[in-house]
Amino acid sequence: MDLALDIISWALLICGSVFCIIGGIGMIRLPDVFTRMHAAGVTETLGAVAIFMGLMVQAGLTLVTVKLVLMTIFMMFTNPTATHAVARAALGEGLIPLTHDDENEDLSNYVLADGDFIEPDSQDKEPGPSKT
Amino acid sequence: MFAAAAAAILVTMGMVLVRAIKGPSVYDRILATNNFGTLTVTLIAVVGFLAGRPEFLDIALVYALINFIGAIAVSKFVQFGGVTHPLGKDDPGDI
Repeated sequence: MDLALDIISWALLICGSVFCIIGGIGMIRLPDVFTRMHAAGVTETLGAVAIFMGLMVQAGLTLVTVKLVLMTIFMMFTNPTATHAVARAALGEGLIPLTHDDENEDLSNYVLADGDFIEPDSQDKEPGPSKT
Repeated sequence: MFAAAAAAILVTMGMVLVRAIKGPSVYDRILATNNFGTLTVTLIAVVGFLAGRPEFLDIALVYALINFIGAIAVSKFVQFGGVTHPLGKDDPGDI
């Protein structure tokens, strides 16, 4: 029984560690702030919660487990809220999400003026979804 | 096994810190800092178990609270120039 609990706990800890590292790689590799939020979400919810669940299995039915459950619930509420606030602030500031794949594009050309999205030099691009 | 999880979290913290340092926009930095704080909470919990002192979880809980308030406050400050109410524009609502 003890061994089974240990194995479950190790599996959850390894799972959470792997998701944390995947999120970290995404934070480095993804191209703009809105896509990086996906990577942040992987680390903040799935990675952290899997690690906490592993610790819960390790702790058994004690006060420590209650604290871990509280932290898990709290993280599941607050981290998406914080990411949403950052996304909304970034959108309001004038960054616009990347909607097509062009490696040579200069992202600093994207600006937002008076509530309208403006994309300079958009005539020579492939026709895609509307940017407005 | 706790040591492996702690090492993975530390590696991830390094990657997130790279983004926080070289992030082109301030929102990249806010996002990376919030992510770093979450990883710190997780690391405190894991290190508490690693050292056999799960009382560290109290510290982790308080750190999670401060981290959330910090991310909201900094986002609001950067967008509006203040944390109370936007001045001189229409009220865009709470963020």
